[in-house]
Amino acid sequence: MTVAKPLPHDAATLHVTGAARYVDDIPTPADTLHLAFGQSTIAHGTVTAMDLSAIRAAPDVVAVLIAEDLPGANDVSPSAHDEPLLATGEVHYVGQPLFIVIARSHLAARRAARMGKIVYDERAAILSLDDALAANNRFEDGPRIYRRGDPDHAMGLAAQTLGGAIEIGGQEHFYLEGQSALALPQEGGDMVVHSSSQHPTEIQHKVAEALNIPMHAVRVEVRRMGGGFGGKESQGNALAVACAVAAQKTGRPCKMRYDRDDDFMITGKRHDFRITYRAGLDDQGRIIALDLTQLCRCGWAQDLSLPVADRAMLHADNAYWLPNVRITSHRLKTNTQSATAFRGFGGPQGMVGIERVLDHIAHQLGQDPLETRRQNFYGATGNGLTTPYGMEVRDFILPDLIDRLVETSDYTARRAQIADWNADHPVLKKGIALTPVKFGISFTLTHLNQAGALVHIYQDGSVHLNHGGTEMGQGLFQKVAQVAADRFGLETSAIKITATDTGKVPNTSATAASSGSDLNGMAVKVACDTIRDRIAAHLAELHQTTPDQVQFADAQVIIGDHAIPWAEAVQTAYMARISLSATGFYKTPDIVWDRIKGQGRPFYYFAYGAAVTEVVIDTLTGENRILRTDILHDAGASLNPALDIGQVEGGYVQGAGWLTMEELVWDDKGALKTHAPSTYKIPACSDQPEIFNVALWDQANREETIYRSKAVGEPPLMLGISAFLALSDAIAACGPGYPALDAPATPERILDAVNRVRL
Amino acid sequence: MRVTFLLNGEWVTANGPPTTTLLDWLRERASLTGTKEGCNEGDCGACSVMVSDHDGARALNACILFLPQLMNKAVRTIEGINGPDGAFHPVQQAMVAQHGSQCGFCTPGFVVTMAVAHLNGRTDHEDQLAGNLCRCTGYAPILRAAQEAEAAAVPTWMQTDSAALDAEGAGASAGDMPQHSLPASGLTPSIASTQPNDQTGPEGPSPDASEEVDPGLPGCADELAHWYADHPDGTLIAGATDVGLWVTKDFRNLHPIAFLHQCHDLQQIEVTDSDIHIGAGVTLTDLGAFIANHHPAFAELIRRYGSVQVRNAATIGGNIAGGSPIGDSMPALIALGAHVHLRHRDARRILLLEDLYLDYRKQDRAPGEFVEAVSIPRQPDHLKTYKLSKRFDQDISAVCGAFNITTKDKTVQTARIAFGGMAGIPKRATHVEAALIGQPWTAETAMALAPIFAQDFTPLSDMRASASYRLRTAQNMLLRAVLEDHGTQTSVLEVNP
Repeated sequence: MTVAKPLPHDAATLHVTGAARYVDDIPTPADTLHLAFGQSTIAHGTVTAMDLSAIRAAPDVVAVLIAEDLPGANDVSPSAHDEPLLATGEVHYVGQPLFIVIARSHLAARRAARMGKIVYDERAAILSLDDALAANNRFEDGPRIYRRGDPDHAMGLAAQTLGGAIEIGGQEHFYLEGQSALALPQEGGDMVVHSSSQHPTEIQHKVAEALNIPMHAVRVEVRRMGGGFGGKESQGNALAVACAVAAQKTGRPCKMRYDRDDDFMITGKRHDFRITYRAGLDDQGRIIALDLTQLCRCGWAQDLSLPVADRAMLHADNAYWLPNVRITSHRLKTNTQSATAFRGFGGPQGMVGIERVLDHIAHQLGQDPLETRRQNFYGATGNGLTTPYGMEVRDFILPDLIDRLVETSDYTARRAQIADWNADHPVLKKGIALTPVKFGISFTLTHLNQAGALVHIYQDGSVHLNHGGTEMGQGLFQKVAQVAADRFGLETSAIKITATDTGKVPNTSATAASSGSDLNGMAVKVACDTIRDRIAAHLAELHQTTPDQVQFADAQVIIGDHAIPWAEAVQTAYMARISLSATGFYKTPDIVWDRIKGQGRPFYYFAYGAAVTEVVIDTLTGENRILRTDILHDAGASLNPALDIGQVEGGYVQGAGWLTMEELVWDDKGALKTHAPSTYKIPACSDQPEIFNVALWDQANREETIYRSKAVGEPPLMLGISAFLALSDAIAACGPGYPALDAPATPERILDAVNRVRL
Repeated sequence: MRVTFLLNGEWVTANGPPTTTLLDWLRERASLTGTKEGCNEGDCGACSVMVSDHDGARALNACILFLPQLMNKAVRTIEGINGPDGAFHPVQQAMVAQHGSQCGFCTPGFVVTMAVAHLNGRTDHEDQLAGNLCRCTGYAPILRAAQEAEAAAVPTWMQTDSAALDAEGAGASAGDMPQHSLPASGLTPSIASTQPNDQTGPEGPSPDASEEVDPGLPGCADELAHWYADHPDGTLIAGATDVGLWVTKDFRNLHPIAFLHQCHDLQQIEVTDSDIHIGAGVTLTDLGAFIANHHPAFAELIRRYGSVQVRNAATIGGNIAGGSPIGDSMPALIALGAHVHLRHRDARRILLLEDLYLDYRKQDRAPGEFVEAVSIPRQPDHLKTYKLSKRFDQDISAVCGAFNITTKDKTVQTARIAFGGMAGIPKRATHVEAALIGQPWTAETAMALAPIFAQDFTPLSDMRASASYRLRTAQNMLLRAVLEDHGTQTSVLEVNP
């Protein structure tokens, strides 16, 4: 068995020697050209004149392209065709690409790109949620509303009510490898594109439209990304299309990579939200009515904002039974970068909203917030098991999982110790919080839940593995290789993992929504089993037995009491003219979803987890630190526990970073001021918890997923909510008021909240 | 210009404009793409390389390291961390065993930084790795790998660079070149095959005409004084941690430029009866190690100055002459009553450091006049420093406060208080100081004096902090200084889980 083993990432030895190749590392022909975008310096207006003569005259510049020069579709949108590659008069945000500089070096292109003289007719920009709401500047006709029961009536029956609002900032992906693409023109007008993309099929599609050629003339290859996190689901389109267009124009290979500052200025980030809430409670503190409004800042183009905002609504319940609830979602359009996919895809913001409500209720009731949570859980005494959108929660394991975590983390005793410690410490205060995660697994756009694979076995018995998923560090390729190896009874060393390639597996979905292993693992299993069954049938015939008597294990094929080496079995099959290549296909069963009504079963299953975080704050400055984190996370029957724990640890730190130190600041002209790591701070080494205990829950998925595992990419990010609420708990130790902490909880926001609770 | 250095054990000569970064040269000319570009401004560590000379080995950011700074030094990239036979370094083994890489893009930088720390016997991993960002792992497995590798012996190939430098006699006198500056025999294939690439061909990038002029390379302070007096509009480059960004981000033409790293006489620290005299070319790393014995709070501030890679390059003179209102060394130096030693050709003058700064980016320093040294009067240590930023490590201060307060019978005798981030310049809190002297050193005093801060400072709001937060925390830092003296725990960094 190769599944369930904690094997290292397939590229680990390449990573540590610097031999792992990313797009910008691919050796390029000597005549390769380099691209950079000229960018808008205003947030909203019309370009009235562009003088690019200084650029054309600049050293090493070969050409400059504007919108009128594009041969085909001027569109890099993944959804609504509202995102031109190059602005056509109207500009919608600071950083929007206006023109492409083609030069002999990366540096020359970047330098020249700043030499354009652009004249604008500037108009008022809509920047904030309030601006957009006031102007009714939005996507879709009006707010989307999901409702169950009668929240207004139930609110009137409540023993007590409370309300509030929380601001939740966005987040820059800060994948260490910036966006990049390389286009290599081929004979007959074909194009090969290497892209750092989670969605090669989308790149193929947009390049084909831009070049006005069929998709079959474009081949996209992705070996690996240096991090994606959702930021390379749609944001790589612009670079790939620009390179392909420039390559077609010049007949030469063209490469583009964003300098880090350009990456910040041009690309979308996590959506920032404001969530307002009003909750009605019964006399035991259970929520009987909840009215939630989610304001979502989408930026200038639609991109993936509708499904992001949908998913925020779908996670507005997290783990809690909400008998009467209204969730109102406004998708607001602003003159800022078009917000995009980011690990969790709206789910985290929705979850922060409801966890804030629970925290506020506990504070108002003077309860341990864990008790408040427990009595509001799905299936708790008097509570139902159906989500607001009508999906049955069939495997609600959180009560058991949390009981175990409470025990292993010593939560109850530590909570008491912290109260004592705080009584003795006038300046520093500690806080602790335990928060749960219930995250829905599947693309909510149902047709995306499909995947393909291609498996070849060569005459020597070596196996070539390909599937539609992309590798961005999550270990997908390794997990899927473990599946393939297991189907054939081989070690993973017998499996060659190959780059994602639209020429091998077509019409793939983005590697997103945590779906990579679920979908591609299954598709590969199907392909492997097809070949295995052919070999088994042939060998059974040879040995006059039935195929069910043929076993594949330990690099051998065992037919009854006869064992032959794998390579020999393959050779035998080849000589008998048995096809040793197969495709595999998988589609997730049983899901059905009506996003307009907000009804159905959008998710195949839920992944669960919980975290306890302890923090300390300084009430003089708001400085703070995570002292200890304990996590118990549900990855089902893990395909590879080492890789899954890596996702949990990394997801937690990324989630905690989002809600604490990572702050995006735009000025009043709409220019992003935090556009480099000098000003935008992701967690550094010393920010990880000093004590960090991570374990995996030990039960299999109740649904028939690949080896009964569960998706693990996104869910752990939301474990970071415990860090945010631990800070809130520490602040609450400073006075009687409710902290009403906003995110990110920078030292400044913490200090403000400390002063607030003291009043 | 041509620059000769040892690269992964072989002498190479690099051609290019003097502001060519090592990173660009490695990736675009030498086909050594293991070293990554993550931010191109020295903030992420993906481009970390090991640079050795006779003072030892250190990690530096290749993205803001110019070729001339490497003259006669040894560079080891990720491709040189493996043994010659491909054997793994213990750090590499541990990173694989502990699952320390996910996407792998930051990994070469981490491995190099970890290998340098391993070579130097450092086990303060969080500090050593503060300059390397990872977005995937959350760092836990990387720290486990660093710990696992601690016990392993330093591989022999990691210890050969200084011997190779010795063999060339490099550094015998500043500016000397090895006798055979072209690649020696036994070039590694990866270099040999790319030598032709290093010639600027018809399609290669053309350097700016102005940059084809060789830069100044003064070998001592005297030479520098004359060069700068002759080129008062020139740019002086010491560590390039700031000037590097003028090139990589602003595309500024710096011509004429002079590199100061060969001015060894500027890199000395002397202790006299009256002063600690620190040459302008002393790196923050060296200053931090030295000053820990005299003013530990200054050393603690330096621990949080940039990162290992930045401190290994950045010089105290660069920080002072840069004059940024958020430069971290100045508040501490001003609180300690430091003097800056300025020089124009052979004319020298000495100012109190706070008097150097006149207004935002405006200094009492004439064209062609440079910072030669800074001196701190010898004194019993009373210094306290507080650096406030969104992230503890490798962040720019929102507010940086330094307090040098002496008391007698619980009453304040003397007070020098200085702040960064509170004004357009590093600035003393003169009104607060005056009001403090003669008062009891108590929390009540600190709270009562809070309103006086507004007489000294009118801070700005920016992406790091609001004006009101800056003012409030500056006030609270005075309170923190008192409470600390009275035994109250005030630092979250000193709390255990």
